[in-house]
This record gives sequence, C-alpha cells and structure tokens, in this order.
Amino acid sequence: MPSITDALIGRLGAANVLTEKEDILPYAFDGTAALRQPPLAVVFPRDAAQVALVIRLAREHRAPLVARGNGTGLSGGSVPVPGALVLCLAHMDKVLELDTKNLTLLAEAGAVTQDIYDRADAAGLFFPPDPGSMKISTIGGNVAENSGGLRGLKYGVTRDYVMGLEVVLADGSTCWLGGKCVKDVAGYNLRDLFIGSEGTLGVITKVLLKLLPRPAARRTLLATFAAMDAAAGTVSAIIAAKIIPCTLEFLDSKTIRCVEDFAHAGLPRDAGAILLIETDGHPAAVADEAAKIEALCAAHGATSVKRAADAAEAARLATARRSAFSALARLRPTTILEDVTVPRSELAGMVRAVQAIAGKHRLDIATFGHFGDGNLHPTILTDERDAGEMARVELAFADIVEAALARGGTITGEHGVGLAKKPYLRRQLGDDSHALLRAIKRTLDPDGLLNPGKILD
Amino acid sequence: MTAEPNLLRALDYPLLQQCMHCGMCLPSCPTYAATKLERHSPRGRIALMRAIADGELEPAKPFAEEMYYCLGCLACTSACPAGVRYAELFETARAEIERRRLLDSPKRNLIRWSVVRVLFTRPRLLRLAGRLLWLWQAGGGQRLFRKLRLNRLLPRNLRRLEPQAPRACAKFSHQLIAPVEHPRTGRARRRVALLTGCVQDLVFSDINRATADVLLANGCEVHTPPVQPCCGSLHAHNGDLRSARELARRQLDLIDPFAFDAIISNAGGCGSHLRAYGHLLHDDARYAARAAEWSRKLRDIHEFLVGINFRKPAAPGGAPAQSEIENPKSKIENPKSEITLTYHESCHLCHGQKISAAPREVLRALPGARLVECAESSWCCGSAGIYNITQPETSAWLLRRKLGHLRATHAAVVATANPGCHIQLENGLRESGAPGVAVAHPVALLAKAYREEGAI
Ligand code: SF4
Ligand code: SF4
Repeated sequence: MPSITDALIGRLGAANVLTEKEDILPYAFDGTAALRQPPLAVVFPRDAAQVALVIRLAREHRAPLVARGNGTGLSGGSVPVPGALVLCLAHMDKVLELDTKNLTLLAEAGAVTQDIYDRADAAGLFFPPDPGSMKISTIGGNVAENSGGLRGLKYGVTRDYVMGLEVVLADGSTCWLGGKCVKDVAGYNLRDLFIGSEGTLGVITKVLLKLLPRPAARRTLLATFAAMDAAAGTVSAIIAAKIIPCTLEFLDSKTIRCVEDFAHAGLPRDAGAILLIETDGHPAAVADEAAKIEALCAAHGATSVKRAADAAEAARLATARRSAFSALARLRPTTILEDVTVPRSELAGMVRAVQAIAGKHRLDIATFGHFGDGNLHPTILTDERDAGEMARVELAFADIVEAALARGGTITGEHGVGLAKKPYLRRQLGDDSHALLRAIKRTLDPDGLLNPGKILD
Repeated sequence: MTAEPNLLRALDYPLLQQCMHCGMCLPSCPTYAATKLERHSPRGRIALMRAIADGELEPAKPFAEEMYYCLGCLACTSACPAGVRYAELFETARAEIERRRLLDSPKRNLIRWSVVRVLFTRPRLLRLAGRLLWLWQAGGGQRLFRKLRLNRLLPRNLRRLEPQAPRACAKFSHQLIAPVEHPRTGRARRRVALLTGCVQDLVFSDINRATADVLLANGCEVHTPPVQPCCGSLHAHNGDLRSARELARRQLDLIDPFAFDAIISNAGGCGSHLRAYGHLLHDDARYAARAAEWSRKLRDIHEFLVGINFRKPAAPGGAPAQSEIENPKSKIENPKSEITLTYHESCHLCHGQKISAAPREVLRALPGARLVECAESSWCCGSAGIYNITQPETSAWLLRRKLGHLRATHAAVVATANPGCHIQLENGLRESGAPGVAVAHPVALLAKAYREEGAI
C-alpha cells in the first residue's frame, strides 16, 4: 500500500497536499495558547466529494483527521494530534446563495464570517452571530464550535441561525440535515447534534443560515465606572428594567488600557471598568431604550455615559472590544483565555471570585466579557516558559471552573471543550451524561478517526 | 559559516512569543490573501522564525524564499492587537538568511553587491548613475535601444522592467535647493533639516523642492546638505544590517539632530526606517544618544505640517473659504469642486509610521479639490522596494488590484507620498490605458496651491 500522503497526492495533486516542514509547521496550532503539535500533512479539499475521498483514504490508512478553517479556535479544537492529517477548508470559501425570499444564505464551510455578514448587510439583512475573530473565522468553524459573540444576549448564538448543514461522516457518506423550512419535524433533529460537535462527529462542508431584517436603528453607549461592582449592579438594573440591549460588554481596567493602546478608540484609560452597550431595533424604541439605559447608568454610579456620535465611532468601539483578547497579549508573553459562564444573577459574585483566585495564586488575571449573558473571559497573563508559574495557572484554572460550577455555570460558554476543557467536562455533566456523549461518538465514529482526543478521550 | 550565533536564536525570545497566533492579521496580509496558505501569512512566518529559534527547524532555502516572498509591507503590524514587532522580526530573519547565504546565486550576488553595497552606499556614484540614466532617456538612447530591439538581450526580469525604469530628473536636489534657505517674509520660527533621499533625489527632485517651498511658506529655515548618504532602509530590509548601521552613523555625522527642531522626511519608506535609528544604534556607545535624539526629532512632512498647524492655501484669486477649513467635510461633499483626488497610502507611511490622517488633512486643505477615498487604500501597490523585480507575479497581481480600486474612484489625481509607489502607480496607470490620471505627492500639490495664490 502506498503511504497516505502519496495516495492523497495521487488523488488531489501535490499542490493540495502539503508535507514539507516549512509548509506544515504553521498548522501546528490554532488561537489557543501553549498548545502545539505539527501534523503529518495538510490537505486542501475543494468540495464535499473531495472531503469524502480524503476521509475514506484516512480510514484505510487509519490516519486521524482534524478539520480546520482559519485556525482561530480558543480551546485547541483544531490543534492536530500526532500523525494527523489536517483537513483545511480555507479554499472552500464561497457564499453560494443569498435567498432574499426566504431570508437564508448558503455558504461553503470555509466562508469567512465577516464576508457572510457583509453579504447579508448589503442586501439590507442581518446575520447576528459575531464572535470576536469574525473578520477571519470561518462559518464552518463557528458552527462546529457553536460560537457566541457580542450579541448573544438579545440574538442568541450561532446555533440559533443554522437551518441546515451538509456534513460528511466518518464512513465517507454525505448527509444534508435541515433545510429552508421554518417548521420541520421530520425525524430526529440531527442538525443540532453536529452544531458544537467540534469536528468529532463529521466534517461540515456547507451551511444554510437564517438571516434577519437589518435593524433600522442602532445606538452605542459607553459607560464609565470607578469600580467593577457598580458596573455589575448597572447590568442587573438594566435587565431588571426589562430592557434587553443587543450587547452589554464589560472591560476591566487592565483590559481597557491594553485595548486603548491598540485601538485608540477613545476609551477612558483611568476607568475602573466600562460597559459598552448597544441597543438596536425600531428608531423610536432605540431612542427610548438608550435614554432609559443612560438614566440607569447614572443612577448606579457611572462616572460618565457617552453616546457614539455616528456609525463610524460605534464601529470603532465594537472593533476595539473585539480586539480585547489579543490586545491583552501586550502585557505578558502568554495569554490564556477562559470562557466560564454563569447565570446572569451570579455574575458579580463570579467576578469577585476570579479576583480572589488571582490573589490566592499570585497571578495576573484581567477580566472582560459579555456581561449581558453571563459569559466571562478571565484572561490569565503569564509565561509558558516559567514552569512554576504555569503550575499555579493550572491550579487557578481549576479553581475558576469550580467557582463557575458551584454557581450553576458552565466550563465553556462559547469556545468549546476541545483539549483545554476536556479534564473538567465529566465534572460538569456527571457520569451518565458524559457516557451518553461517548456512546454517540462511538456510534458515529467507531474507529476514532475524526478529531480524536477532543471533547472526550 | 561563522561562529556568530543564529540571529533568530539570539533574538529576545518574548519578541517571538508576543505573537499569540490569534489570526487577526490574516485578512490584512496580501500574500495570505493571494494564496490562503498559512506559511505566507504573518503568523505563519513568525511560527517558522520561532521554530528556528527553538532549534526545531533549520533555516534553509524554503524559509529564505518565504521571507523574500513577504512584502515587508507591515500591514500586519497595523492589524495586530498584540503589538507584535514584525518589522524587527522580518529584518532579523532576512539578516540571518544573508548571513548564511541561503539564496546565493551568481546573478543575485552581483545585483545585491552592485545595488546594496556599491550604488546605494555612495551618493555621488548614485547621482552619476542617475545622470547617465537621464542622458540615456533624454538623449534618445532609450528609443534607439528599443527600436533595435536590443532589450531582448537583457535577462527576462530586467527586460520587463526596462520600459518601466523611472525617468530621471534633469536636475537633482542639490541643484534645486540651496544648503540653507530662509523664509521670504518674516523671521524663521523653526529650524529644520530636509532629507532628500536617494530615489526621491534622482527621480523626484521636484518633490524635494516642493517640500522646501512648503516648509519655507510655513516659517521654517530649511537646511539641506547637498550630498546626503542613503538612509539605509534598502539595506536593512534586505538583510544587510551592518551597512544599515554604517549609513545611519554617516547620516548622524552629517546632520546633528540637536541643532534642529525637526528632521523632515518626505518619503514614506525612508521615514519609517529613519525613525528607527534610535533602536538601530541603541547599543552603539558613541552614537546611541545622538540616534535617540534623531528618532525623537524625525518627522514625516505631513505629520510635521499638521503638527505646526500649517497655513491653508487660499483659492486662487480669493480668500480661503473659512468654513471649508474648519469643516473639511463640507469640501469633500462640495459637488462644485474642480478636481477629484484619491489617496494611496504608502505602506511604510501608514503601517510603518502609523501616519494616515495627516496626508489626508493636507489634501483636504487644497482649494478646489475633492478627496474621494479608495477601497483598500492602505494595501500595498506591489512596489515594495525591489519586490517588483524579485516577485513579478505577486507584484503585478497587487498592482492590478490597486489600479481597479483607483479607477473606481474616477479620480484625476492619485496622491501618494513614496517614490516607489509613485513610480509603480505611474507605470501601472500608463500601461493600463489610463494616461489621463496623474500621480502626485500631497506636498507637491500643496506647494502648487501656495504658488497659485502667489505666496511663493
Ligand atoms: S501577528 Fe498579531 S495579529 Fe497576527 S497572529 Fe500574531 S498576535 Fe495575532
Ligand atoms: S509584512 Fe506584509 S506581506 Fe509580510 S507578513 Fe506582514 S502583511 Fe504579510
């Protein structure tokens, strides 16, 4: 039998199968810190048929297969395992159809999220899920991780916009799950099984997305606080007043300074905390909500509330917020991002717990996140070459997870389990639920071919 | 190979670690856009450098070719939230490649030796070459050469470039600008040194003259040493850090930064490198202090003009419309304006020096002009130093992409502030059958506006 790489080159051509060190080393990682494993080869399929072909060959040769888009994941989901083929879908990047009658968009899995947003926007439509890396992340990756974003509070997450999927299974068969019907109860809802499956059950090759009409008006507010508690109190007050803003983002003082150093968006460098709030919808409703939010901020201790003057300033603020994670990398060599999520009512307590954990383990932890939906991003600033400090990071990590679970939270709100959260999954799910996940994985991928070692062993 | 340590391994490791491989730079990188392959992306290149520093990868020809496929446009540094210092990594990687002679070939060595080591370290020789080029072009030699189809004797890369060779000026900067010039009216409020550049001096000495005029019109006493060394950017970008340091020292010997309020550069590429003298010579006991002062005083001309609140030219035969100056928007939207301008950002002005708003402010101050933004205005035009010689295909792809965006603005004038871009765009526009579109330096346009109002 020829080697797997020779077989692949024979079928796909040498240009689509990379094996040289200089070519494959840059595929040894994704956006997750301190995880690195070069693959055996990187393969670039052009359509589902080629994906199926690669899967069949990989099966014959018992070579593990790791699907990848643009490698921006934050739980190690697309980091190769030893001897793996990376199946990179970056060349399958077309938007295939924009259906304005049914408000849907069909795209190949490698299409960039921002391009999908822009295509919808140009037609007066709106694709709400906006993960921080949307300007380069792929829709296939977003679906595989069920990514969230800044608009989760009002609009939900990627799952809420997936109407259909094309997925290639471990046996090389190709399935269409879902479709353009808003109501469809024919058979098990298997589409949802693949959303968030992190490439462990099949390789997503096409996605049919639901679009919304673009909100007629938007308004962005920037509220400054001297301390985090006042900001958290304000968020509770806004929700209690039955207002659901489209985004309700929180940045602590460290994050503010790093972001401002990069983005020059006019953030107050000396603030203890800021809230970035956006409301959207009918112009009259937006004006009304914005006024109420301003009043609530002032009543709960905001030192200032600023309105973005125009769309450009609003976009600058949103872009600044999206850069928070990367901007924090300015402070220390290694930046480890967490995404524990708790019920909204537990948020202030959770932020305080993170501060206490940082003190206990003598670590530098900055926090930002989606305050509206309880999704926090405590970010540990460290140096992976300092073994002593990394040991403390592990302990702090475990403490943060415990604190979140104790509050009825989850170990991951939007980044996925991948490699980073795997040790904690059973603790959250319990033995029986964890075993159910394993049973499903065994059924769909009996040989453990697809992204092995991710989510569960 | 010498016993000198691997330059990438000797680098301060956190410089490499700074890249947290988030991928935010990918959409801004032209070579990634062209190929969608990670090795051609900023984070891919940094990963290779890190693998070399870690001893996991031997620096060999594929790595060398990769680092010369990189444009050095620095768009990744503007996009990177983590503050990765790619320029430093890039120069170190290329220096390591040259130290190991990974790309040696007789042809490349000859070109490198004659251009990097000989021509661009000897300003007088460079001017002589420029003079010969001028004689060649003006004296009909070029026409005869083409008529006899002698260009077929040139190597392929050069044959393609021969008709694109820039037109040398009849007069160079020192023939147009006196060593010291004083403002015509009033006492000088500032003393500045004007750097004339190499290509700028040979091909665009009129832009240097215009820069002096604009400085004079804004109350500056202008010092322009007649024979200036090359700034060394060509050398630093091409892996010859030793020559770059030597040239920086010569520059500092010639112009004492402590004696001036500002040192003015009008070429994006030079300015970006000139600003880095402080860093380049930080461990040179004799020059460190002077170099640091130099970096503190170095100003791009547009940045300087905006910083001193330059005088806005009046419309010919009328006072400046006050509202237009206070509210530049009204001018852009003024449909009665006569000419439409668009602005192409030189990579090393916008990404290297982070100067984007100031040139636009100069353009908006021009009476009777309307600035129309062009898509991807901060994307590389494919000139990128000598990239159009070394990587003709990618360079041509970038140029086509750029020309498409420029044409879409329907602008009559493309403003740009770097000689490499200037030549590349002029050639591109001419060859693509858009000869009516002019390329001009923003400061040349400002000088013209002053002239038309009768101030110079
Ligand atoms: S260079 Fe900057 S933007 Fe690019 S991957 Fe590295 S950290 Fe991210
Ligand atoms: S310098 Fe330009 S070509 Fe090189 S990696 Fe950065 S963006 Fe890409």
